[in-house]
Amino acid sequence: MDFICNFPFFSIVLCLLSAVVCSVLSGKAARRLTLCVEFVLVCLALTLLVYTVRTGESFNYTMGHVGAPWGNELRIGVLEALMASAFMIVLFASVLGGGTYIVRDITEKKRNLYYILLNLMGAALSALVYTNDIFTGYVFLEILTLTSGGILMIKSTGKTTLAATRYLIINLLGSGLFLLGVILMYDLTGHLLMEFMHGTVSELEATGEYAMPLRVTTGLICAGLSIKSGLFPFHRWMPDTYGNATPTSASLLSGVVSKGYIFLLIKILYRVIGTDSPAVGAAQNVLFVFGLCGIIMGSVSALRQESVNRMIAYSSAAQIGYIFVGIGLGGHMGFCAAIFHILTHAVTKPLLFLSAAKLTEASGGSPVFSNLTGAARRAPFSAFMFTVGALSMVGFPAFAGFISKLFFSVAAVTHSSAQSVVTLCVLAVSTLLNAFYFFRTVIRIYTPSEDVSPLVYKDWGFMVSSSLFLILNLVFGLWSQSIYRIIVSGLRMLA
Amino acid sequence: MKGLLANYEEAAAIILFCIGFSTLLFHRNMLKKIIGLNIMDTGLYLFLASMGYIDGARAPILTDVNAINMADYINPVPSALVLTGIVVSVSVTAITLSLTVRLYSKYRTLNLDEIYAIARRTEKEEF
Repeated sequence: MDFICNFPFFSIVLCLLSAVVCSVLSGKAARRLTLCVEFVLVCLALTLLVYTVRTGESFNYTMGHVGAPWGNELRIGVLEALMASAFMIVLFASVLGGGTYIVRDITEKKRNLYYILLNLMGAALSALVYTNDIFTGYVFLEILTLTSGGILMIKSTGKTTLAATRYLIINLLGSGLFLLGVILMYDLTGHLLMEFMHGTVSELEATGEYAMPLRVTTGLICAGLSIKSGLFPFHRWMPDTYGNATPTSASLLSGVVSKGYIFLLIKILYRVIGTDSPAVGAAQNVLFVFGLCGIIMGSVSALRQESVNRMIAYSSAAQIGYIFVGIGLGGHMGFCAAIFHILTHAVTKPLLFLSAAKLTEASGGSPVFSNLTGAARRAPFSAFMFTVGALSMVGFPAFAGFISKLFFSVAAVTHSSAQSVVTLCVLAVSTLLNAFYFFRTVIRIYTPSEDVSPLVYKDWGFMVSSSLFLILNLVFGLWSQSIYRIIVSGLRMLA
Repeated sequence: MKGLLANYEEAAAIILFCIGFSTLLFHRNMLKKIIGLNIMDTGLYLFLASMGYIDGARAPILTDVNAINMADYINPVPSALVLTGIVVSVSVTAITLSLTVRLYSKYRTLNLDEIYAIARRTEKEEF
């Protein structure tokens, strides 16, 4: 076994260790340590990506000395490495870019606690992406929920406490359903490691036994994870949460945390139940319908908002809808589109949240639209970055958003007639709505106004991180073929 | 019906889960929501533990290595999962309780509807 095979384990333990160390550091030192650790995590994940692409096969890493089928395992293929790299880059860049707001929103005494939570979040995310054991998946899912609740409530105003309460309650409902699904799955198969579960599930399907319990279990797992990731009609916590949290927390929640849940769902659908199973087909139809509703409702609600934060939050709800439409269409292209959109959204939403926060700050602190008129004069760089994010979300060519919309259309066209027509119509309508509410904002910030008092200080963290997001957007948009090939080989390895 | 009676433990567990789930979803009082959360999780652990139990078998603690008969012991994995799950639900309960304390000290009520009403009122005053 190559030394590189230890990297997934290193990245989990490194996060946990640095979380412990952060508890005795000052806020400033904790920030430096967290940034270093996150940079190392990015490097580890990218190395794994290169390694798995080069070897062309996945590998299992046994935790402890007890091997399969009893022990606990990590499993790393191309797709896991790709997801981990994307998540870690977003984590690193969001923490780097939101530094000034962390100082503004969180009291000195609690600042190192914030970095502890971020480290734990890194550990939970890596474990969630890499794990091969479904119960470990559940445990780290709960850790992810708790840490994301923590990074919300740490800005201790009444509104954020209320938003965090709402967020946690919805998430706990989802976790309950997911746990019930996992327990039933264990009872049906007698295994916790994914490939052994899959073996038993395909035996059961061949004999036709337990068809109904399998269907119920699949439904429970899908319901639990989609509630947690904020699929319509469970998206109502998003605007309050993203609107009031400190920008780093908002970008992490929308860019990374909800995507972690969705990736776990894709992994379970592929590796435990099998995408050709009739139980999955039934669940996919339901997810498809709710995804479509989510796209429309999210976009319409975004149109009606009066503040930029809440608009971006509702737009997130719509993007989650897109991803679930991809999963619901299914087939090779549907999942490809869903995964590509996870990447697109993960590198675009944080850019929008961070630059909107900068524009708001330059305009006196209130995020309502009327206040933002002419903000581009006061913070030209942030206005440019906001425009880039908006173009990508709308689906302007050369940016990542264009390619993911293209993939969705291809997935729809290659699918059965009824679903493909509906999907194409919804895609067209939602692109129009997207363009409308994003360009309305962009035009507003570029409208000249009397009040020109530019932001005086240079925020290097924000500049570096937003440039990173811009570059990633262009990379996903211009070199989409190679990303596509990586996703395809990753999906093949998952099955 | 026969199946339900034979598996009365699992049936009871699922009923508990449903009670807890609906309390967590529909009740407006924060403390009752947290009680609902705990009932829901306990139902799940009962389900898991009763699935792993074999009538007449003992806990898998081996006293005599030479005379091992697998049929004498229950499956230890569900019990281990229950323990892990309890740890998770304790920490979740702790964090929701701390949120409740904060909400109460800010709004002086535990009813979520009232809290929303107060929050909306203060938001309007700010603008």
